[in-house]
Amino acid sequence: MSGLNIIVTVKQVPDTHNISGDAMKEDGTVNRAVLPAIMNPEDLNALEEALKIKDLLGGKITVITMGPPKAVQVLKECLFRGADDVILISDRRFAGADTLATSYALKCAIEKIGGYQLIFCGRQAIDGDTAQVGPQIAEKLGINQLSGIMSVKNVDTSSITVCRQTEYGQQIVRSNFPVLITVTGDANEPRFPSVKKVMAYKDTGRLENEESYDEAYIESENKKIASIKEWNVDDIGADVARCGLGGSPTKVKHIEKVVLTTSGINHIQGSDAGISELIAELKNEHIIG
Amino acid sequence: MSGPVMVFIEQNEGKITDVSLELVSEARLLADKLGACVSGIAIGFELKNELEKPGHYGCDKIHYIEDRRLAHFTSVPYAKCMVNIIKKYEPSIVLYGATTTGRDIAPRIASELGCGLTADCTKLEIGSHKIKNKTYENTLLQIRPAFGGNIVATIVSPESFPSMATVREGVMKIAVPDTSKSVEITDEPCPLHDDDFLTEVIEIIRKEKNCNLKNAKIIVAAGMGASSSESLSNIKELAHVLGGEIGSSRPVVDAGLLEKDHQVGQTGVTVRPNLYIACGISGQIQHRAGMMESKRIIAINSDPDAPIFQIAHYGIVGDINEIIPKMIKAYHAL
Ligand SMILES: Cc1cc2nc3c(=O)[nH]c(=O)nc-3n(C[C@H](O)[C@H](O)[C@H](O)COP(=O)(O)OP(=O)(O)OC[C@H]3O[C@@H](n4cnc5c(N)ncnc54)[C@H](O)[C@@H]3O)c2cc1C
Repeated sequence: MSGLNIIVTVKQVPDTHNISGDAMKEDGTVNRAVLPAIMNPEDLNALEEALKIKDLLGGKITVITMGPPKAVQVLKECLFRGADDVILISDRRFAGADTLATSYALKCAIEKIGGYQLIFCGRQAIDGDTAQVGPQIAEKLGINQLSGIMSVKNVDTSSITVCRQTEYGQQIVRSNFPVLITVTGDANEPRFPSVKKVMAYKDTGRLENEESYDEAYIESENKKIASIKEWNVDDIGADVARCGLGGSPTKVKHIEKVVLTTSGINHIQGSDAGISELIAELKNEHIIG
Repeated sequence: MSGPVMVFIEQNEGKITDVSLELVSEARLLADKLGACVSGIAIGFELKNELEKPGHYGCDKIHYIEDRRLAHFTSVPYAKCMVNIIKKYEPSIVLYGATTTGRDIAPRIASELGCGLTADCTKLEIGSHKIKNKTYENTLLQIRPAFGGNIVATIVSPESFPSMATVREGVMKIAVPDTSKSVEITDEPCPLHDDDFLTEVIEIIRKEKNCNLKNAKIIVAAGMGASSSESLSNIKELAHVLGGEIGSSRPVVDAGLLEKDHQVGQTGVTVRPNLYIACGISGQIQHRAGMMESKRIIAINSDPDAPIFQIAHYGIVGDINEIIPKMIKAYHAL
């Protein structure tokens, strides 16, 4: 065997860590357009673990993402860092997917790729923090899962040993291949894009209306990918009824803009006198000892 | 009549976790509205002595799967046991602690059952929901802050069974235990084969928590407005003087300034201390979700319009590094 076949799943997310006031529309929904789109941070950690294993044992890393056409940007970022192949899974019929419908689509794509030993996912995406998609893909593929890992202890050609972070400490566990692993931000410091690869792939993009994906995927001598593979519902053999909004058991019943109750705040002056009064009051009420 | 409200009874080293008892307490409230019973699912080895406990918090029945190979948590065997029980007893609702274990198996179970699952709910209610011309009565309303935090979403999954949710430790109020109440324990067969045990547990490393926010009476919490080394040392000193613990907002933990177990909020710990002093914390909903029920809240922030002031009992507009030393001085002067 010449190295391992590793699949990494990534997601483009709005940068919710840097959300600002004008990101909210009047009706209380979120205006995604004004938020910068980034690669989900823990997906970078997932990619990094895959790259480290490839550095050690050789092999091939295929990165997949499900998203709108502009999600090619995160795939390019993966190429810049050393991914061998990237695939965009994109179709209007995937829109409105909850975690279950998302994991179904990703599972279909992974089955189409086939022949993998390891799948790495970020533990969770910052736009929802659900941590559900990884375990759901594993179940749908009928393979083992190791979630929330903080480090890979050992890997050989048939098994992997990792350290899982738990509430009570750590769990060192081992699994044979195939296995799906979700990676936390503590696992590693993701590498920077390589300048050489950025130069090689900077013009790589989607190929509109291509006839055949095999033709569209041209590998020239310097291994540059001319265009990024794009699969739709039919390409991955998915059942439309299980995709997108229709394939999602969870529905949003309603969304409420948070209105804070301004009930009786006590404004304390920042002066010595104001603060002494506050401390004395808390003491009198036995709130502080 | 509605199917039971089920709770995954999580254990660690043979002891039932607090979050499971909180969920049993909440399940009792939901079940009473539905006219249903509360049942727990316990999986492990030699847990029998512990299983009376959920009864004190309102659990009617426990389904217990015992096997030596289940002493430590691993995904596939635990998920298979859960799926087996859920299929057998057809609950309407299943609740899990949003722990590393609950968040590992709940999605796997939801995937196998094809049912809805909502992560990190901060509130659960029973209500109705209309899809097209059909109204679903007595369905679980799964409420959680969403996307960017300026909104709270109510999520439902009435067309699939059961409705499932994960809830973080400390979010649901634990009932006052009634030791006179008993629980009916049923031994269930273990549905597993050797080849289900795909994960080999090599070692368990225990780590003592270095801070105990949940039981703290006083918490002094640092936000990004108090993340300089000067501010953090002021906060540490104030916490020390008042005999409190140090809390923090998430970005402070993300920046590596404090350890994860200091984080208060939707994805951290939920706390209800007598006094919560929010220092340089803007008060986004994910943070508020974890501290709103504190008995007294003091907010110190240089921005008079910071949302934290809208839930604070006492507000001080000013710089952390001027205000905190004054508080320490005032305390010593008492
Ligand atoms: C899915 C999800 C889950 C999340 N979970 C959590 C969670 O569990 N807990 C959590 O806390 N956050 C959580 N967040 C993040 C949350 O949305 C906010 O980004 C975060 O709480 C903001 O932290 P902060 O208040 O410390 O920082 P900021 O919002 O940057 O606020 C800093 C504040 O400090 C004030 N300030 C600055 N300098 C000074 C000074 N010298 N003196 C006094 N005041 C000063 C500023 O006026 C400002 O109000 C989550 C976000 C998402 C998307």
